[in-house]
Amino acid sequence: MTEAALTPSERSAIIRDSLAVGVATGAYGIGFGAVSVASGLSVAQTCVLSLVMFTGASQFALAGVVAAGGAPLSGAATALLLGTRNTLYGLRMGPLLRWRGWRRAAAAHVLIDESTAMSVTRQTTEAVRLGFVTTGVSVFVLWNLATAAGALAGGAVGDPRAYGLDAAVGAAFLALLWPRLKDHRNILVAGLAAALALSLVPVAAPGVPVLAAGGVALVVGVLAKGPDPTEIPGPDDVAGGHH
Amino acid sequence: MWTAVLVAGVGCYLLKLTGLSLPERVLSHATVERVADLIPVALLAALVAVQVGSSGTALTLDARALGLGFALVGLLLRLPFLVVVVGAAVVAALGRLV
Repeated sequence: MTEAALTPSERSAIIRDSLAVGVATGAYGIGFGAVSVASGLSVAQTCVLSLVMFTGASQFALAGVVAAGGAPLSGAATALLLGTRNTLYGLRMGPLLRWRGWRRAAAAHVLIDESTAMSVTRQTTEAVRLGFVTTGVSVFVLWNLATAAGALAGGAVGDPRAYGLDAAVGAAFLALLWPRLKDHRNILVAGLAAALALSLVPVAAPGVPVLAAGGVALVVGVLAKGPDPTEIPGPDDVAGGHH
Repeated sequence: MWTAVLVAGVGCYLLKLTGLSLPERVLSHATVERVADLIPVALLAALVAVQVGSSGTALTLDARALGLGFALVGLLLRLPFLVVVVGAAVVAALGRLV
């Protein structure tokens, strides 16, 4: 890595791109807030999820499993399995961010798809940190404000099915999955996982089919050979990222 | 429910911190990396299927499938995330009206 200082125009370009992603991503916290309350979580539980868990797919997963009638703890297990994705991002980002102590502990909280995507391709440590922090903090602030707004509004409007909110959850999962469906192995795994989950629905407790589908990843991952297509998201894979 | 919220919330934070704290060479184990990459693919695909195609322990086909169809077209057309999600909700809601 070269360590030339960023020029003011490079700084403002990184900040502008990162804020655009922050706004676009944060806004759909409204959707999470509304869906979560519709799934049976309280407004307070919904807001705590966005504050503490702060990783969208896991939050939607917990709400989705609970909405389907699953036990809260199978929702939690699904959320944790999805959260392992962030561990992978951390392994990539650690050597790039080069932080220790409290800075690393704070950075970990905003280690998500978007902050990784908007910083992993930068050329210097300063640029990586700037993109990571600007994206992470702007998503965090807006995501939490939007969650609270969505939760309060969602609780006030009555039957969420009348507004198609239950369909919005499936669409959100598909949109999160979409950037990953770029190679044959992933498409195969997605198809097998969906088929296995549906086949288990009539015979297993709610929440179990999704967890069992995670086993497909394990089996295919262990059996597969050959080079691994990288799954670290790039700037084009996140909402609002066009650069 | 609070237990699940807090356990999963704190657990997800620890997963992030673990990633930032481990040496990068852990990733160089090819099987570990493949499995880690495939887990979100499998879980998200299963969540889509279960969310749209089931109610409790019954397989169902209803207006949610219309919403998912819209989402699929929207993603193929590279529409923004929010348009895809809100559009799917609107399509499903309209489907329930007719």
